[in-house]
Formats: sequence, C-alpha cells, structure tokens
Amino acid sequence: MRRILTVGLALLLVAGAAGLWLTRPVTSDPATLAGLTGDAGRGERVFWAGGCASCHAARDARGEARLVLSGGLRLTTDFGTFVAPNISPDPTHGIGAWSLEDLDSALRHGTSPEGQHYYPSFPYTSYAHATPQDVADLRAFLDTLPPSDRPNEPHELGFPYNQRMLLGGWKLLAGGPSWIVEGDLSTAEERGRYLVEGLGHCGECHTARNALGLRDTGRWLAGGPNPEGRGTIPNITPARLDWSEGDIAEYLSSGFTPEYDSAGGQMADVVRNTGQLPDEDRRAIAAYLKKVPGIE
Amino acid sequence: MRPIPAFALTFSLAAFPAVAQDARQIERMMEGRQGLMTLMAHELGKLGGMAKEEMPYDEAVAGKAAANLAALASVISPELFPQGSGEGEAEGSEALPAIWEQPDDFVTKINGMQEAAATMQAAAGTDLAALQAAMRDVGAGCGSCHETYRQKD
Repeated sequence: MRRILTVGLALLLVAGAAGLWLTRPVTSDPATLAGLTGDAGRGERVFWAGGCASCHAARDARGEARLVLSGGLRLTTDFGTFVAPNISPDPTHGIGAWSLEDLDSALRHGTSPEGQHYYPSFPYTSYAHATPQDVADLRAFLDTLPPSDRPNEPHELGFPYNQRMLLGGWKLLAGGPSWIVEGDLSTAEERGRYLVEGLGHCGECHTARNALGLRDTGRWLAGGPNPEGRGTIPNITPARLDWSEGDIAEYLSSGFTPEYDSAGGQMADVVRNTGQLPDEDRRAIAAYLKKVPGIE
Repeated sequence: MRPIPAFALTFSLAAFPAVAQDARQIERMMEGRQGLMTLMAHELGKLGGMAKEEMPYDEAVAGKAAANLAALASVISPELFPQGSGEGEAEGSEALPAIWEQPDDFVTKINGMQEAAATMQAAAGTDLAALQAAMRDVGAGCGSCHETYRQKD
C-alpha cells in the first residue's frame, strides 16, 4: 500500500513538473536574432502592417499623434477589461530599456522580459509568424518614436482569468505558428498570407472563437460576433466577399466600399493603418483573400 | 364647468400640431441627409473608378465630380441631425446617440470631412496620382464620422 502511494505521488510530481515545463513561458532564441541590424524605414512598414497604433496610441489620435504609443486603450471583452500598455521608447514607463530579444519574446512568444505570459489580447499568436528581420526593423522604427511617461495600468480581470500561469495551457492549445492557407501560392499571395495571417492579425477578429478564446481555424475569416461589444464581424472569405481585388485594395487604402459607402466601426481604424502601406501590400492582401477557402 | 380643465385642453390640443411638425421635420432632415450621402457616393463612384484605374483618367470629369462632391459636403451639418432622428427613435436611422452627446466633436469631424472634400477638389483635375492620394483623405474624412457616429451592422 505504501509503495503504491509512493509511486502515485512520484507520478503526480512528474506529471506536475511536465505540465509546468510544457506551459512555461518561452523566450526568444538569441541565435535567431544574432547579427541582425534593424532598418527604421522598413520597420515603419512593419509597424503599419502590424496595426500597433490601433491599441497602443490613444483612440482619438490622428496623424502624428498615432506615433505616441502611450497605451491606455481599454479593450472590454467577455474575459474582462484589458488595458493596452505603454510601448513608447520611454525607458521607465515604455519599452526603451528592452533588448531585441525582449521584443522578439513578446511578439513571437507572448512572453514578457520578466518571464511572464502575456494575455492573447496582444495578438502574439499571429505575430508569431513575423520574420526575425521584421522584428529587428520594427525595433529600429519604434526607437525613433517619441517617448511617453504615462504609467501602465493593470488589466481588470476576475478569477480565473487573472491567473497568468494558466495562459501557458492556453498557448499550448492554441499551438505554434502554422499557415492556414497552404498549397501553391504566388509571391504576392505569400506576401498577402504573411500580412493577413501574420502581422495584420486579421483572423483575431474575423475568425470566431470558442469559449476558451481559441480561434475556430476551420472557419477561417468567416466572421463572427464582435469580441469588443455589439454587432458582428463580417465573413471575408470568397463565399461572401465578392469584391474584385482592386475593390479590396481600394477599401484598404481609402475605406471606400465598391458602392462608396465608407468603412465604419473598428475597421475605420484598421484602414488608418493599411492606408499607410505601399499599394503592392494592399494588392497582396487582396490576392491572398481570393485564395482563402469560401465558407458560408 | 370649471375653467382649469378647459384651459388644459386648449394647451394639449395646441401641442398636437407641434408634435406633428417635429415628426415631419425629422423625416425631411433624414431624407435630406440620406439623399446627400447617396449623391456623394455617386460622385465618388466616378473619382473612385479613376483612382482604381477601372476608368480612364479624365481631368474634366474628375474636376466636375470633385466640385459636386465638395458642394454636397458643404451642406452636411448638425442641422440635418435634429433631436429625435437617432437610431431607435426614427425608422431607418443609423445615427448614434453620441452625435447629440458630443456635438462639438461631431462638428469637428464634419469640418474635417469638408476640408478633405476641398482637398479633392483641388487635386482631382491635376493628375491621377493627386486624385488617388486625395481619395485616402476623403475616405478618412467619411470614416471618422462613421466610426463613431453611425450604427455598425
């Protein structure tokens, strides 16, 4: 009897340790970043593609003010309220003191410099696709932006969502970065996939989530309820979005639909980002959207 | 018969035409603003067709469309959004309560849209690249109101 207990306890400890190990916060492998030099000019393109300003600048910021990444935007969701942090180059309140490895760990692994899991309100499951060079370029661009000394505020979450350790399990279930749309893709379609599935994190809203907050990748980009309140997020698969590639590119540039209605709601803000991209990137997104499986 | 009920009756009867007049005014202003949006979309269709290079760029057509757009834009004002013409109050309205809660910001955004339409008017007849750039300004001008003040589907 005692032997069974001992073996049982040992197994429990092993399982617990394995669980902790499996759900530990993963950080960047310095080898992937070794020797990389960031270019601020290219980094600006990464910045707009990633839509960083939509959460990290003030909501009513326009023009140059969208480059002040002081945070503070409140995202109200079913899980609680998330408050976007200051990511300006301020060394105390922002991320000015971060190393390139710190930024890479945050963007691609959802891990903070203190070794804690970030909440997926920060779309690192999409950013995980970012190339190391793009991370280095983004870092170079972020360093050129004005510092802000706005102190960060904690998220407002109830139990159990306030237990960051559980996010390790969530990350495990969410899986690593793998492309949703595969097969023969042209160079433009591949670039579009990188922008839509990766940096642009379009699937974070345009793909519905289950009760655990995991995306239903079988209904990729088929829309669903608005995670941030009322209304729905539209289905943008070819089954519903019958716009031409030129129409899609124009929408991402000016916000005008083919009927010359204009983007409203959160999409108006997304267009403030995509409108800053080179036209070839908007066309690449359009080309990719035509390759997505149509879902009713 | 005591005089007070008669007095009250006179007042309540007098109120009816006023209510009917308000309802008619709301209806007229909604027709007006929705009609303006339709006409702006019509002019934008010509400019956008050229911007997307689906139609050949024609400076005369572009200039005229942009002039019409700027004229239509200048008519948009809070006067077209009377109290009681919001979503849930008037049938077919998508106007959100924020319009009446933050009227100063509403006016600022209307002004921004009118400035963008003026930019388009200056640019459209110049060349295609200028028209394409101004299209983004106009889109941002329209979107700034629709983002905050129009009911999302």
